[in-house]
Amino acid sequence: MTVLEAAHTSLGGFLAQVTPIQAPEIDYAAILPMLIVLGAACVGVLFEAFLPRYQRWSWQVALTLLTLVGAGLALVVYLRDNPQQGVVTLAGVLSVDRPALFLWGTLLVLAFGAVLLIADRSVEPGGAFVSHAAVRPGTIQDRAQAARLGMQTEVFPLTLFALGGMMVFCASNNLLTMFIALEVLSLPLYLMCGLARRRRLLSQEAAVKYFLLGAFASAFFLYGVALLYGYANSVRLRDIAEAAAGTNRSDTLLYAGLGLLVVGLLFKASVGPFHAWTPDVYQGAPTPVTAFMAACTKVAAFGGILRVLTGAFQATSWEWRGVLWGVAIVSMIIGAVLGLTQTDIKRMIAYSSVAHAGFLLVGSIALTGEGLSGTLFYLLAYGFTTVAAFGVVSLVRTADGEATHLSQWAGLAKRSPLVAGVFTFLLLALAGIPLTSGFIGKFVVFSAALKDGMAPLVVVALLASAVAAFFYLRVVVLMYFSEPSPEGPTVSVPGSFTMVAITLGTVITFVLGVWPAFVLDWAGAGGFAFSTT
Amino acid sequence: MTPTYYLLLSALLFTIGAVGVLIRRNAIVVFMCVELMLNAVNLTLVTFARINGGLDGQVMAFFVMVVAAAEVVVGLAIIMSIFRTRRSASVDDSNLLKY
Repeated sequence: MTVLEAAHTSLGGFLAQVTPIQAPEIDYAAILPMLIVLGAACVGVLFEAFLPRYQRWSWQVALTLLTLVGAGLALVVYLRDNPQQGVVTLAGVLSVDRPALFLWGTLLVLAFGAVLLIADRSVEPGGAFVSHAAVRPGTIQDRAQAARLGMQTEVFPLTLFALGGMMVFCASNNLLTMFIALEVLSLPLYLMCGLARRRRLLSQEAAVKYFLLGAFASAFFLYGVALLYGYANSVRLRDIAEAAAGTNRSDTLLYAGLGLLVVGLLFKASVGPFHAWTPDVYQGAPTPVTAFMAACTKVAAFGGILRVLTGAFQATSWEWRGVLWGVAIVSMIIGAVLGLTQTDIKRMIAYSSVAHAGFLLVGSIALTGEGLSGTLFYLLAYGFTTVAAFGVVSLVRTADGEATHLSQWAGLAKRSPLVAGVFTFLLLALAGIPLTSGFIGKFVVFSAALKDGMAPLVVVALLASAVAAFFYLRVVVLMYFSEPSPEGPTVSVPGSFTMVAITLGTVITFVLGVWPAFVLDWAGAGGFAFSTT
Repeated sequence: MTPTYYLLLSALLFTIGAVGVLIRRNAIVVFMCVELMLNAVNLTLVTFARINGGLDGQVMAFFVMVVAAAEVVVGLAIIMSIFRTRRSASVDDSNLLKY
């Protein structure tokens, strides 16, 4: 017997003892949209490495837009072929159910609008992004780079990575996957915040604040995951729900874990007392990135909140619901009251987003079919209005960048009636006036909350909406009934990219306001699927 | 020695990290405190894996390490860029955005 044969026999004997690991079933058709987005993000990184600088912008824009269209087509094809409830794939980790598909569709279309704003080079010559992020602000080189027409095209793959993370985040049935997705969506956003071409100090400061607070919040999220793992010996949502349904395990672990987990989620959704980063980051980040963050991150975060609360904690809802009532009330009041005192338009929209997060939380804690579909509809409607609103904000400019101070917006209607008209419509949608999507969104969310017996919360929400309407209308009054100052801002004529993004947002805001049935049906098409078989 | 002591230790480390984030001024130190929190979580995960007799917790600790490493890359890049601009890594100096 040669040495080789002996080795072969012993290896065979060893292999005979090992039970083979069953590779999990993967439903590629279901997760194709996500794979397309993440794959294209990797291709975008390769473009950065191998294409010459002057070709990168056009290749990256083409790749990113085609990816979003391709992923959208894959989603539509899957929806057409599979009208049933949805599948749980990848060993129960991802669940491609109706809410997940709705959120994916929403994310893809919103990201399309945001990418158009990111790619625009007509409003600001060269685009809103710095051409060399490594150049120190305030130096001679920095003035040179501000005049140069290039930009850091890494923004496009970063956007796709963030989008891929968001798609995984709102479809994951497993808290560990959710944590990884949370980081995949956050890390690119931290970087993108710091890449503004002008006012780079503000931009870098926004990036540092967002990063430090974001990392702090994800540590809380992770500690929550660890405690829930200790409680249920699993991080699957369904297993946690089963463990919580009836056992004599330690309630301390369950509630401490739940609390820490929810703090991390609420931070990402910029709800209530966890909103401290929102105004600073919205103001400091480049406006297209703010649009992307405000629309898409909110969709993903509330998708995650809905899934976690329904999947793992429905049985214990009596214990935590009171706390989230309080959080929703605090969020609505903070957003509405502090929004009144703002003098910067981006900060004002940031506080409005805190108030909207409170309204969304009202729908999320209803935990009924109506609550789910209402929240999904509200997310879609709010996302489009926000993208269009930030698109308009990027148009109003002075010689040294965007004119975000409210006093500069005085008399804007006399300079540019069309832009002022569109912005008025968007503000009315944010306020929730009838004939806009904002009204329908608030209506479905609040009626779901009423049916679920949360009447006091709805009363507070209506009061907060009324207060918030005041600061939206104040901007409208400022634009229409003030005299423009002679050295006021100019309104740029948008290029096709920004034009399409604003038109898309405005038209959908209007269409959903007068004909919401189609989207409401789609949002209510089915609930979450959690089965692990 | 019962594994519960490790849980207490990790909770203590997590608290030290969280308090450090809140009271320290230097962005690098704040960031290190966040890393301390993540590693406290790792200790919790490994201890629970031991208590529950499964391997999931140990595998999760590896995932957390990878994520922490990625976070270091991004975080230090951001902190470096603001340090080169301001010649200071103090989080109190970054005060242009407020109210």
